Amino acid sequence: MLGYVARRLLLAVFVLWGAVTVVFIVVRLVPADPAVLIAGETATPEQIAALRAEMGLDRPLLLQYLGYLGKAVTGNFGNSYTQNVPVTQLIGQVLPNTVLLAVLACVFAVIVSFPLGLLAALRVNRFSDRAVTTLSLLTQSLPGFWVGIVLMLVFSRKLNWLPSAGLDSPASLVLPTITLALPFIAILVRMTRSGLLEVMGEGYIVTARSKGLPERTVIFPHAIRNATIPIITIVGLEFGTLLGGAVITETVFSFPGIGRLLVTSIQVRDYAVVQACVLVIAVAFVLVNLIIDLLYGYLDPRVRLS
Amino acid sequence: MSQSTPVALEKSVPPDAPLLSVQNLQVEFSTSAGVVRALDGVSFDVRRGETIAILGESGSGKSVTAQAIMALLPRPAGSIVGGSIRYADRDLVTLPAKDVRRLCGTEIAMIFQDPLSSLNPVFRVGWQIAEPFRRRLGIDKRQALAKALELLDRVGIPDAERRIRDYPHQFSGGQRQRIMIAMAIALEPKLLIADEPTTALDVTVQSQVMKLLANLQAETGMGMILISHDLGVVADVAKRAAIMYAGRIVEAGTIREVYDHPAHPYTRGLLESIPSTTVIGERLTPIPGGPPNLLALPTGCAFHPRCPHAIDRCRDEIPQLRRPDGWEPTHVAACFRSEEVLAHD
Repeated sequence: MLGYVARRLLLAVFVLWGAVTVVFIVVRLVPADPAVLIAGETATPEQIAALRAEMGLDRPLLLQYLGYLGKAVTGNFGNSYTQNVPVTQLIGQVLPNTVLLAVLACVFAVIVSFPLGLLAALRVNRFSDRAVTTLSLLTQSLPGFWVGIVLMLVFSRKLNWLPSAGLDSPASLVLPTITLALPFIAILVRMTRSGLLEVMGEGYIVTARSKGLPERTVIFPHAIRNATIPIITIVGLEFGTLLGGAVITETVFSFPGIGRLLVTSIQVRDYAVVQACVLVIAVAFVLVNLIIDLLYGYLDPRVRLS
Repeated sequence: MSQSTPVALEKSVPPDAPLLSVQNLQVEFSTSAGVVRALDGVSFDVRRGETIAILGESGSGKSVTAQAIMALLPRPAGSIVGGSIRYADRDLVTLPAKDVRRLCGTEIAMIFQDPLSSLNPVFRVGWQIAEPFRRRLGIDKRQALAKALELLDRVGIPDAERRIRDYPHQFSGGQRQRIMIAMAIALEPKLLIADEPTTALDVTVQSQVMKLLANLQAETGMGMILISHDLGVVADVAKRAAIMYAGRIVEAGTIREVYDHPAHPYTRGLLESIPSTTVIGERLTPIPGGPPNLLALPTGCAFHPRCPHAIDRCRDEIPQLRRPDGWEPTHVAACFRSEEVLAHD
């Protein structure tokens, strides 16, 4: 078990190295020179050249890369060109917000979708099933930015119940959470429904009934325990994605999270911040995947390790 | 396991009365292609301590019979449309499904063809065997597990004390079926329905499992319905046999009568298609044609298109079960030409 985790973490180092390398190259392939952007339109070529030298951008790419890697392994990700503070400090400010938002969105989505999926599965092909399925299909088709804007218009502008931007109070979390959770709820409802329906056709459900157990017990725990296995995977993957920052939602709500930090940094070619943000996202993904795999072993003894 | 030998029911029902009496049972399935009559007038009795074998090929209605008795017909597609299933003094057809469910496990229990898919993969076998004690009898967890351990021992799982904490996938096929059996007999049912209990098992394991079932039956005196397509497997265990074809019983009698003197051409065909172990290089004698399509059954006797003895009457009229002239009163076949079929050997 411990050996397995160690192996996975070792593998993760290579994944992260790959991610850092790719981003390092990609940001430099994007047109526009950060020195030009920072120096402004009025700057002379000499000023820009001086700035490039100061930022180390005049050195050969390979040297820049090796220098970056060398510092990165010691935890030094450089400074932001635009804000002149350590990148780690910038990320430290926004990461907790994103984590909080991701947790809230996932918890909310699970709490809402699980009973709905269960209801749809147990009333399959009847009115409540049709209603839930249709509604989730509709929800899934709505683009996130549109939902965010509509929610903002209704609940902030018209009703003035909730703040529309920033993160000044817990109330600021409500609209972004709902915006992120809605499409996820739609997916989860359908997953729960189809997963449960599939499980209800299994032999062990017939066995449970033949033992004379009431239908309630046949569903909890016999069917549910099996049906949750694929759901856990989806929730985990979605959580990993949300940890990487909900770029669009955070932008719409001017939410101080890692997604918005990434977008603004790309706009000003703040190489160090972009690279560090992507690294954080990669770390989140790797960790979440590892946790899902470990959880899988716990939930499904057939894949239990060693 | 000793405290409750057959009790309460003995008083209310005369000892010679059948434990289970199925009369004229009719089951229909609605499919996208139309309504299928899966059972069309099936009748048989099971007495205490008796084993009856229900034999036939896939789709003949053997498993549907079992599902109908246990109220396990897939809903809403399948439903009982006629007949009765009398158990003790109740008719399971008119009894609400919820009440039939209450008899499952305690009065009637069932084991299935594929023990791997029939055991829940995510729960320990001990937990699954202990479940009837905990949930049906309200026995606390520790005691229920102790009883589960006893049962595992009883069905012959070696090293039961350790294995009780294992999961189904960690056992071999034969052991899994033993676990299913342990679970089924946990609450000492008076009737055990075994639906193709050895079909998914290796040949060598098949006889061990059948022996276990026979021994358990001898110890407990429960009645048993043994469903199989394999005439050889049930021969030593069952006293009586019923042969099913296209949702009907086409021949019934003691197993010796049915095997030695088949009075229905279908039974005869089944027996002749069993490979002989004594003659090497002999060709098998298959039954011509394939199993009937339940959606478009032939008129008259459903077997007539495949039957070497068919006459015009077989096309027009459905033969009823009857005793062939001059044969044992317990032996019946649904064939107009039983006498000719019998004269054949």
